[in-house]
This record gives sequence, structure tokens and C-alpha cells, in this order.
Amino acid sequence: MDGIFLQQMVNGLTLGSVYGLIAIGYTMVYGIIGMINFAHGEVYMISAYLSAIGLALLASFGLESFPLLIFGTLLFTVCVTGLYGWVIERIAYRPLRNSTRLAPLISAIGISLILQNYVQISQGARQQGIPTLLDGAFRLPIGEGFLQISYTKVFILVAAFAGMAALTWVIRCTRLGRMCRATQQDRKMAQILGIDTDRVISWVFVIGAAMAALAGLLITLNYGTFDFYAGFVIGIKAFTAAVLGGIGSLPGAMLGGLILGVAEAQFSGIVNTDYKDVFSFSLLVLILIFRPQGLLGRPQVAKV
Amino acid sequence: MAEPSLDIRQPLLDSLLAGLIALVVFGPIVGVVLDGYSFHLESSRVAWIVGAVMLGRFLLSLFLHSAGGRGWLQRLEGGGAGVQVLPPEHRSHLRWLLPLVLLAAVVFPFFAGKYLLTVVILGLIYVLLGLGLNIVVGLAGLLDLGYVAFYAIGAYGLALGYEYLGLGFWSVLPLAALMAALAGALLGFPVLRMHGDYLAIVTLGFGEIIRLVLNNWLSFTGGPNGMSVPAPTFLGLEFGRRARDGGVPFHEFFGIAYNPNLKFLFIYVVLLLTVLLVLYVKGRLVRMPIGRAWEALREDEIACRAMGLNHVLVKLSAFMLGASTAGLAGVFFASYQGFVNPTSFTFFESALILAIVVLGGMGSTLGVVLAAFMLTVAPELLRSFADYRVLLFGMLMVLMMIWRPRGLIRISRRGFARRPGVAP
Repeated sequence: MDGIFLQQMVNGLTLGSVYGLIAIGYTMVYGIIGMINFAHGEVYMISAYLSAIGLALLASFGLESFPLLIFGTLLFTVCVTGLYGWVIERIAYRPLRNSTRLAPLISAIGISLILQNYVQISQGARQQGIPTLLDGAFRLPIGEGFLQISYTKVFILVAAFAGMAALTWVIRCTRLGRMCRATQQDRKMAQILGIDTDRVISWVFVIGAAMAALAGLLITLNYGTFDFYAGFVIGIKAFTAAVLGGIGSLPGAMLGGLILGVAEAQFSGIVNTDYKDVFSFSLLVLILIFRPQGLLGRPQVAKV
Repeated sequence: MAEPSLDIRQPLLDSLLAGLIALVVFGPIVGVVLDGYSFHLESSRVAWIVGAVMLGRFLLSLFLHSAGGRGWLQRLEGGGAGVQVLPPEHRSHLRWLLPLVLLAAVVFPFFAGKYLLTVVILGLIYVLLGLGLNIVVGLAGLLDLGYVAFYAIGAYGLALGYEYLGLGFWSVLPLAALMAALAGALLGFPVLRMHGDYLAIVTLGFGEIIRLVLNNWLSFTGGPNGMSVPAPTFLGLEFGRRARDGGVPFHEFFGIAYNPNLKFLFIYVVLLLTVLLVLYVKGRLVRMPIGRAWEALREDEIACRAMGLNHVLVKLSAFMLGASTAGLAGVFFASYQGFVNPTSFTFFESALILAIVVLGGMGSTLGVVLAAFMLTVAPELLRSFADYRVLLFGMLMVLMMIWRPRGLIRISRRGFARRPGVAP
């Protein structure tokens, strides 16, 4: 097999697993309140900043070992970003629960503008970065060249799948997960049965933000740089992944993320890097036109 | 039973909790500023923000616990109806306003300098954009987040049409409206069949696609360097001091003194006429069955479909009309700037137009005109707040949605009187 193809496959899988993590936030929120959370891309951007800040803070305390550093940063980023998710729901969604259909969409766009500008003002408009933490790579000989898989990429794949596994466990086996599923199926009925659906919706936002935080840390580890505008493009792509897999379905989000990541990496390997965003966005438009229910989703039927 | 005295404990608790949350949320991002691979601390900024949040939350909580606040909250939750119906004999108190504004618009260019003229032209361009998006978002209830794409089609239509086909301002003006409407139809037709929220994200993607293509297709569009746009002409007469190719410039032909503002004056006049035309057409459309169908679809789609409205065609007509208005605005923008490049067509631009529609009142024409001038002219006057512009827009959107989801000015129209002798 072609060396470039395999190399791009590896790149695509790492990128795709991260897209999948962010897509979970879109898919869960959509599943539970039937709305697109436009501010989710910005939550990811915030978490990228938070992870760099966490790393810098921990490093300044003299923490040297990689596992401790990563674990501490992850804990910090996930907690603070989760709180962001909670605050966003509290400000932009909860007061509008009984409002017009457009109102929450517009207020979410407002939130995403606020978050972008607020980070730009407080951190400056320039690109930020972190040093490489994990050096080295596996090299597998293929034909004449090498297939290079850096340790960072391996770490990302492992961490992303661990995160997804943890989430699946939470949704499948815990009390909170059961309440989430009940609320997703029928909010009114769940309320009648004694579930505090407002609290469940808050938790869904927190979980989505936490997954985005994991993604933010992982992408920052891989690319090393980010800026205040990073959330916009990644947000649309993660949404594409969520739609591709079937919005509302958790395995769909993960699958969609992987497929989108691989497709995009192959496109930039074979055709052209300049147009890789155009490719992803066109894919989004095409999926919505030809298969709006996605790969694993069920077609939506409007009921009165 | 006596009215319980104002309880101050609950507001204090609320305020403490809000302060704690603000500390955790704002602390890291505001307080720890990254600086290369190291950082420096900015603790005073955090203290200010946390203090402001605590004070704000305390006052809000105090207000909501008082009797007046409870009444206000109830009024906030009421008011669900989309359109305010006035009695048939109602005469607006503001009916003298329109002729006055028109008079001001006609007289104004005689006194204005170039700077003021350009600011007002920009304001009018945004009025045009706001009116167009108002048809899509306000009347038909379709959230279009890539509206700027149609604006770009108009602007680049002029630049590319001049570069490759030798077309001028007047020939592109109708063509751009047509092209933008066609693009709207191509994009809208498949998407409008589906759930409403998908349209928002598809248009968002489409807007980015257009911008990225304009940015990356160096050989055709000039990429980030942009393209130059010809100055408009009047019946072939140019507005420069000297016409090219030995022609006669405008001022010599009419025997008036040369004025460097002539080009802008001309754009202003044509733009004003276009805005008035769009206002008139829109005013007629909302009274026609198609306008009623837009609003009915916005309020309840299922009911409309049950009554036999073809929802795709009705939505598509609104979408195309909005797109063609943006195309027109794009042509004006390009000839006003004399130059186009992709940075004028970012997502922020779409958000700004949306903010105009949201602030002005969904569906209300007067509100959109006022909001367009507020949001475009105010930043020109308040240059020192330029950094906080986006932040303010964002807050405006969130607060407006919580406080008045239907905008500052409610849509209102006169009801019909029952004629005597006709069975009800």
C-alpha cells in the first residue's frame, strides 16, 4: 500500500477521534433539547486555552513528570470547562426554554461571539502555543519509506477512546445516564416520573463541555498552537461529524468523527490542503441534503 | 397578613455563589495571560470582573425578590403573540416621521462632507442587508447564518464581471440580484425541506465555503489581495476629474464644477432609491398572500402544511428574495469601496446583520432601519470601544433574546373593519 495513504490514515484517525469527542457535545444537546448548541465550538476553544494555562501553571509549580502534568491539566481543564458548559446553559438556554424556536439559536450565537471576543481581549489576538511534551515516534518500515506514528498520536487515540468508553459507561450504567436517556426519549414523561429535567439538561451541557475539554487538551498536545478563532472551524467540523453519524446518536458521533477525520486527511493528502475546509463543509451540505438522518440515526418525524 | 419585609439573605447568598462561579470561570482566562511558553498574572482584572458579577447578581436578585420584580418577571414570560393587531381606525403617532426622514435624506447630501457621506452610505448598505435578512429571519423565521455569502456574490459579481466580461455597475446590478437569488435557490431548495435548525448550519457552512474559495482561488479572484472594482457611471459618463479614452466626464457634460464627492453622491442617490424601492416592495409583499404565508409558516409550520401550503416553495421565495437583496447590497458595497477582498465577508459580518435584525425587531421594517444605523454609525463615532464591539453585539443578542425575543419594536398592523351588511 501507498505510504502517504497509510500516513494520512493515521493522521485522520487521530484527528477524527478528537472530532468525535467534540461531536458528542452537539449530539447529546441536540438529542435532549432538539437544538444546535452553536457555542460548543467556542467551548472547545476555551478549553484549549485552559489546557495551556493549566500546563503553564503546573509547570511553574515545578511539576516535571509527564503523566502527572497531563493528569493535573486534564482535571483542571475538564472541571473549569464543565463549569463553562453549565453557565452557558444557565444564561443562554434555560431562560428561553418556552420562547420562540429561533431565540435559543440566536442567544447561543451571541454567547459564541462573547466568548471569542472575551478571550481575544484577555489573552491577546496572537497565536498561543505549548512546547512539545512527548517526543519521539514509532517508525514502521513500509516499502522504501517509514510510517511514522508519534507517541503523541498514540496517546491521543488511547485517551480519546478512553474518554468515549467512560462516557458510554456513564450513559449506560449510572443513574445519571438513565435519567439522561429517559429525558431524551420524552422530556414531559420523565418530568412526570420525578426526574428534575432542568438538572439533567444542565448535566448534559456539562458532559458535552467536558468531552470538548478532553478534545481541547489533546489537539493542543498534537498541534501545539491555537488562537481565539480556532473554535469556529472545528465547531462546524464536529457538527458535520455529528450529522454524518446521525445526530442524537452517541456511537454515531464517534463513527462520524472518525470517518470525517480520515476523509479530510485523505483529501488533503491526495488533492490539496488549501481546500480541506471547503471539502468538509461541502460534505456537511451534501449529507444534510441526501441523508439528513445520518448513518446511524433514525429519520425524524414531526408530531403534533 | 403583612407583606413580608425585603429579605436580604437570599440575594446575598445568590451573589456569593455567582461570585464563586465567576472566579472559577473567569479566573484562569482573564487572570493568567499566556506569554510565549510562560505567563504573567493579572489578578486585579479578575477582582474587577468578580466584583461586577457579584454586584450585578445581588441587585438582580434583590429586584426579582421585590414585588415590582415579580410583576416584571411575569410580564416577561407573557407576551407570546407574534403580531400586535391594532384597531382598524388606529392612526400611528409616528406617521409624520417618515416624510421627515425622507426630507432629511434628500437634503442631507448638500451639507455633508465626504466622511459623513461615506458613513451614511455604509449605513444604508446595512439597511439594505438588514431588510433582506429581515424577510428571511424575521418574516419567514428561517435562520440564515451565511447571509454574507450572497453579499459576497454581489460584490464579487461586479469585480469579476468587470475583470473578465467588461460589465459595469448598471449591468451587474440586476445580474447580481439574479445570481444571488439563484444561488439561494440552489442552496435552499434541498435544505428547506428539512428541520429548521439544519438550515442555520448549512448556510453557515455555505458562507464559509464561498469565503474560502474566494480566498484560495488565486488565479481567478486574486485571493486575499482582492480585486479592484470600476467606479460607477451615469449613462456612460464618468465621475472622475478626467474620463478615460477621451470621453467627457460627468461634471463637464452638465457644466457644473468638479466635485470629488460626485461618485459618492451618485452612489448615495442610487442606493437611497434602491432602499426605498425595497421598502415599498416589502411593504406590499407582507400584505399579499405570500407575505401572510411567510408569517404563518413562522408561527406554526405543521398547521400551515395541514392547510395545504407548500412550505418549501413559500420558504424558498423568502430565502431567494432575501438573497437577491444581499446581492444588490454587495454591488453597492463593492463600488463604494472601489475594491473587494475576502476579509469583508467573514462570519462576523453575518452575525452583525443578524444583530441588526434581532435588535430592530423580527419583521419590523422601521426597527431594522433604525438598528442598522445604530449598529453601523455608532461604532464609527465610538472608535475607542472598537475592541469591545463584538462583545457588545454578543451581549446584545443574548439580552434581547431573554428580554424581548421579538425585538425592540413589535410588529403591528391594523385590523380590518367589518363592513356593514356583510355576513360575518
